[in-house]
Amino acid sequence: MSAFSAVRILFPPVVAARSAGEKPSAPFLPSLAVPGLTRSPLRAPRLGRPLLAVSSDVLSGQKPLGSNSSPSSHAAVSREEALVLYEDMVLGRVFEDMCAQMYYRGKMFGFVHLYNGQEAVSTGFIKLLEATDSVVSTYRDHVHAVSKGVPARAVMAELFGKTTGCCRGQGGSMHMFSSTHNLLGGFAFIGEGIPVATGAAFSSKYRHEVLKQSNPKGLDVTVAFFGDGTCNNGQFFECLNMAQLWKLPIIFVVENNLWAIGMSHLRATSDPEIWKKGPAFGMPGVHVDGMDVLKVREVAMEAIGRARRGEGPTLVECETYRFRGHSLADPDELRKAGKLEILFI
Amino acid sequence: MAAALQTAALLSASPNPIDSRRFRLGSFARSLPGTRASFLVVRSDGSIPNSFTASSRSEKFITNAVATKSNAPASSTASKPGHELLLFEALREGLEEEMDRDPTVCVMGEDVGHYGGSYKVTKGLATKYGDLRVLDTPIAENSFTGMGIGAAMTGLRPVVEGMNMGFLLLAYNQISNNCGMLHYTSGGQFKIPIVIRGPGGVGRQLGAEHSQRLESYFQSIPGLQMVACSTPYNAKGLMKAAIRSDNPVVLFEHVLLYNLKERIPDEEYVLCLEEAEMVRPGEHVTILTYSRMRYHVMQAAKTLVNKGYDPEVIDIRSLKPFDLYTIGKSVKKTHRVLIVEECMRTGGIGSSLRAAIIDNFWDYLDAPIMCLSSQDVPTPYAGTLEEWTVVQPAQIVAAVEQICK
Repeated sequence: MSAFSAVRILFPPVVAARSAGEKPSAPFLPSLAVPGLTRSPLRAPRLGRPLLAVSSDVLSGQKPLGSNSSPSSHAAVSREEALVLYEDMVLGRVFEDMCAQMYYRGKMFGFVHLYNGQEAVSTGFIKLLEATDSVVSTYRDHVHAVSKGVPARAVMAELFGKTTGCCRGQGGSMHMFSSTHNLLGGFAFIGEGIPVATGAAFSSKYRHEVLKQSNPKGLDVTVAFFGDGTCNNGQFFECLNMAQLWKLPIIFVVENNLWAIGMSHLRATSDPEIWKKGPAFGMPGVHVDGMDVLKVREVAMEAIGRARRGEGPTLVECETYRFRGHSLADPDELRKAGKLEILFI
Repeated sequence: MAAALQTAALLSASPNPIDSRRFRLGSFARSLPGTRASFLVVRSDGSIPNSFTASSRSEKFITNAVATKSNAPASSTASKPGHELLLFEALREGLEEEMDRDPTVCVMGEDVGHYGGSYKVTKGLATKYGDLRVLDTPIAENSFTGMGIGAAMTGLRPVVEGMNMGFLLLAYNQISNNCGMLHYTSGGQFKIPIVIRGPGGVGRQLGAEHSQRLESYFQSIPGLQMVACSTPYNAKGLMKAAIRSDNPVVLFEHVLLYNLKERIPDEEYVLCLEEAEMVRPGEHVTILTYSRMRYHVMQAAKTLVNKGYDPEVIDIRSLKPFDLYTIGKSVKKTHRVLIVEECMRTGGIGSSLRAAIIDNFWDYLDAPIMCLSSQDVPTPYAGTLEEWTVVQPAQIVAAVEQICK
């Protein structure tokens, strides 16, 4: 899984070999060894250069380290940052696996949509946001909530319908909200969160221009997550237009996992390259490998920077894949193992 | 006599505990055959009031409309003579006062800015407040209504204008799912202080699609509050109240009422969103109405008075929730109810109101509740046909005569 293999600790001049033995003890983690990050303390690099984790492009030789950009720029993260990203993604995966277990044991009900496989997108974007930035999601929102800082306990309690849940048990799986963490939902119908996100971005611009409340870091940014199916919906296009028209500080993140329940993206869309729809409205459209957290993070940094400076919205298409069905009730018969789309993982 | 009853009602509204049996005037009148609306008014301390001064009115009493000359009370124009304006100007005045008072109040909609609004409700506001505060949106109702909701969740107080209420059908997804429900599904974490307003109702040959009555479609949405204005006085008061409310409020205006002229007070006033308005106190029948039909009812009332009837006319104003207190008081007095509305017969406000009255005041009714509504047809273009789909004063007169037989 390249999301995890992307994070490698580089010991110059040789890449560390895969660690042989230690399997993680938690039963729901996939049984793969994450190279380099074992429990034994890492030895300090002898050459005095900082430890770096780089994206898989660099390791596969497609992009030489330090050629165009310095090692400390976009493609690289420090060890501390890498651990934050790793923990967030593992937490997201473990959380969703526990949801599946509870559901199939008959302790959780309704429509539960899991995020397994798409963690790099959530972590890549949300871990760059400040507390005052907003996130708007869809029904596949558990991991967005957890990444944004909502305690996993509160999200899980919400899934059990308890009053200790983040929405007092009134919202459920598809309606995760948190005013303290600026998580503006959780929406059950596809596309209906995008105008809400546009409104939050409008508020941010309004606060700056009308109320004259300035933030030294720049405008508060809103990130709207939605899927490939939504990109054929009117609200998507209407909001692309309005966001670019008024240069709102918003990032439209498409989690293109190629499937809208059982409808393949290719069967539903005349031009399946979603990133191209950005320039049609006058905003940059970026395509990124959504399984590589460092690549997503690099693109996110650029898009968030643009929005903060008031340069307007960006459309980011993250090609990703969901390892489970659309929801836990989905028999998921149309996607067969070994089909072409799995090859790009 | 009407004033005595009003005072009796006031006393029942006072905070002092009263013996409710004494105020069962309805059952008292029914037990005496042949009597018709002759009551003995007894105060809770046993004395009979002998003066009904303006000072005995509690501040919770519904202000009288100044629409009819005979009912114009002194209190509404007591201190200053007031100023005359048209209904759309009253809406603008209310909006402007709230925008001056609170910088988070903003307007969004089609042609609200540079054009001044298709019915000129927002004329001049964009010049005064700027293009961001009075935002001209592209033609994308669902999205800009959703944008208003997102803005409301994040600290602003938007007023979203539907150029015609019918266009808000395109925004139904946002109004139902997000506007109405987000406060609940978020466990109370977010409030949606949005006002959605616009002209609706049947105009002059505007065609079927521009003549829709969306109050009947929206009334089931949980979490939404609905009010309908009908005079410049209540238009301004309800606009201000809706903006100040932390709940999502839909303010229904009517295409044909924008040019009504009235003298309204100079001093600031805000009306209560959940209150109905006593237009004409009476004894024989309670006529419940709202928006444009109020004027058809008042026209019919002139004919009815000449024929010897004494109708009590209430403009319900609050379409959701109903002001069952005022309505109930009236039903307990007159025992006969006629509802006159512009909604369709099927699933309209009238049918809900009828059900609510039956549920709550069944024992006080002497006759079945009659409901006059528009026909269940698309509004025709031809003027004569259009007239026939909407309730006319003659039908109201006939209905009252039938109820009061």
